[in-house]
Amino acid sequence: MTIRKTTAMIAAITMLAVGACAKKAPEQLPPAPEGTGTDTGSSTGTGVVPGSQEDFVASVSSDRIFFDFDQYNVDAEDQATLRSQAQWLQRNPAVRVTLEGHADERGTRDYNIALGERRANAAKNYLASLGIDPGRINVISYGKERPAALGSDEQAYARNRRAVTVVIGR
Amino acid sequence: MKASLPHRFALLGIALGAVAALPAAAQTPPTVEESPRTAEVVAEVSTERTVIAIPALATPAVATVAGLRTDSLGRQIAEVIASDLERSGLYAPLGPGSVRAISMAEVRAPVFADWQARNADNVVHGFVQASGTGGLIVGCYLYDTALGTELVRQGFEIQPGDWRRAAHKCADAIYSRLSGEAPFFDSRIAYIAESGPKGNRIKQLAIMDSDGGNHRFITNGQALAISPRFSPDYKKIVYVSYLNNRVRVFIYDVAAGSQKLVTESGNATFAPRWSPDGRQILYSMAVGGNTDIYRISAEGGTPVRLTTAPGIDVGGSFSPDGKKIVFESDRSGSQQLYTMNIDGSNQQRISFGGGRYATPEWSPRGDLIAFTRMGGGEFRIGVMTPGGGGARMLTNSWQDEAPTWSPNGRVIQFFRTTPGREGKSSLWQVDLTGVNLRRLPTPRDGSDPSWGPILP
Repeated sequence: MTIRKTTAMIAAITMLAVGACAKKAPEQLPPAPEGTGTDTGSSTGTGVVPGSQEDFVASVSSDRIFFDFDQYNVDAEDQATLRSQAQWLQRNPAVRVTLEGHADERGTRDYNIALGERRANAAKNYLASLGIDPGRINVISYGKERPAALGSDEQAYARNRRAVTVVIGR
Repeated sequence: MKASLPHRFALLGIALGAVAALPAAAQTPPTVEESPRTAEVVAEVSTERTVIAIPALATPAVATVAGLRTDSLGRQIAEVIASDLERSGLYAPLGPGSVRAISMAEVRAPVFADWQARNADNVVHGFVQASGTGGLIVGCYLYDTALGTELVRQGFEIQPGDWRRAAHKCADAIYSRLSGEAPFFDSRIAYIAESGPKGNRIKQLAIMDSDGGNHRFITNGQALAISPRFSPDYKKIVYVSYLNNRVRVFIYDVAAGSQKLVTESGNATFAPRWSPDGRQILYSMAVGGNTDIYRISAEGGTPVRLTTAPGIDVGGSFSPDGKKIVFESDRSGSQQLYTMNIDGSNQQRISFGGGRYATPEWSPRGDLIAFTRMGGGEFRIGVMTPGGGGARMLTNSWQDEAPTWSPNGRVIQFFRTTPGREGKSSLWQVDLTGVNLRRLPTPRDGSDPSWGPILP
């Protein structure tokens, strides 16, 4: 880890400590979603396949939105992210997606599944409000079962309270 | 696993109080792992423990039955009895490794002076012999060394593979006689075996005896498995599987090795629980982000919706009389515990102690509800009365979650998670004093324990 990143992390942690609205902790670009995405074809040497997960991640401002502790509201920044996702989905009308809801590890297992459902549905509902057919969107909650960040600190928790859009094919 | 033999009682040519045939099951020892003695003592309780000498069970004639030698078994059974009694926290057993062996003649005529010289308050004697019909006969006696009296006499005719159950039943008889409590060693646990990195844990359904023996994996880990519960007759396990990337409650048939959905639904179903009679199942279902609790016949049919409050109503545990349900809800703004009648009427909040409360489990005795309390960044296990009174915490660690009761309502198992990138979960148990805290041995990491009733 570079010194610059460390400083950014400290800044993020400080923000969280003082800001009521400071949920946008992730300073590092989140990793690409693992596993659940399905290959929609082999990419050529020059670029990504239109409509693929790679295309999606490269085209939208982020594949995921983040939530405050025990919350599931979609705020202005989340709405901007989801608008970029909706634009891509409108350009690729045959593509279906799964919205994965996740929670940090500071909740009990069953409750966190319910909380992840709330978050994924909040994102789904917003995409639907932008004209995306809800029938194209599956929802699954992983609760606290699949953390993206592995630490037990506020920075990791902020990255884990998320709803991730994953392309599942046409 | 062989099918259960019909439960029967047989008269033997030896003088024993009761002789029961035990159902057959493959027998394997628990994974050997020292249970760390913990220093996390929270309650003021007498630590005076009754000393019980447990020499190897004698054998009238060394015989080999199904590959098992009666003299070796005599020692192994004594070791399991000693291990059970030690784990209860109430007794200081002197196992076969620390006391002399006994002769067959001593079984019914102990040399009490010898055991008093070892400061043993009680002594366990017994024997193992071939039944002559391919089985084994195990006798088990408990004596008071000071009074020179017999306190317990039990005998079992068993399939050789069932020798661990004979040991647990002997330990149960001793525990019940000395403590006045109902037995609990002869019971099984369903739980989730965990392995792999924290970000992509492999979680398998697994079952084992109450001491970790006879461990068996049920699922192969390809689909995430969570929150298992044995049916009261141990024939089925209800649990949640992420099979095909969906969250659904399945009923697994242990003998058949097959499973079926509790209910057909396009929505996520989770947090399943059996009713005490095994005829009904509670589960939670999320519809459009709103989670409520439902009850359905274990045979299927139309589910009954029990909660309608906006927000998350989840989990649930039946009272032992089957008339009430305790569950968790965030309708007040944070997770709290509520009770209701089984038709969903009369919903009342019972937790008011500050912090968030979750995973309520009604004791099989009916007198207490165990829960996870979240506060100050920690999860702890506690108990309260069904009316919400007398709340007290039994553990103190970073994350202790999901209590499950021993069959007699005196001991609680839960899982403990450690923080950080290498954080792991393991199974623990604590008694109601909060003093006797032990880790359970499992071959891999473990979570979501579920303790079944005394074996039928």
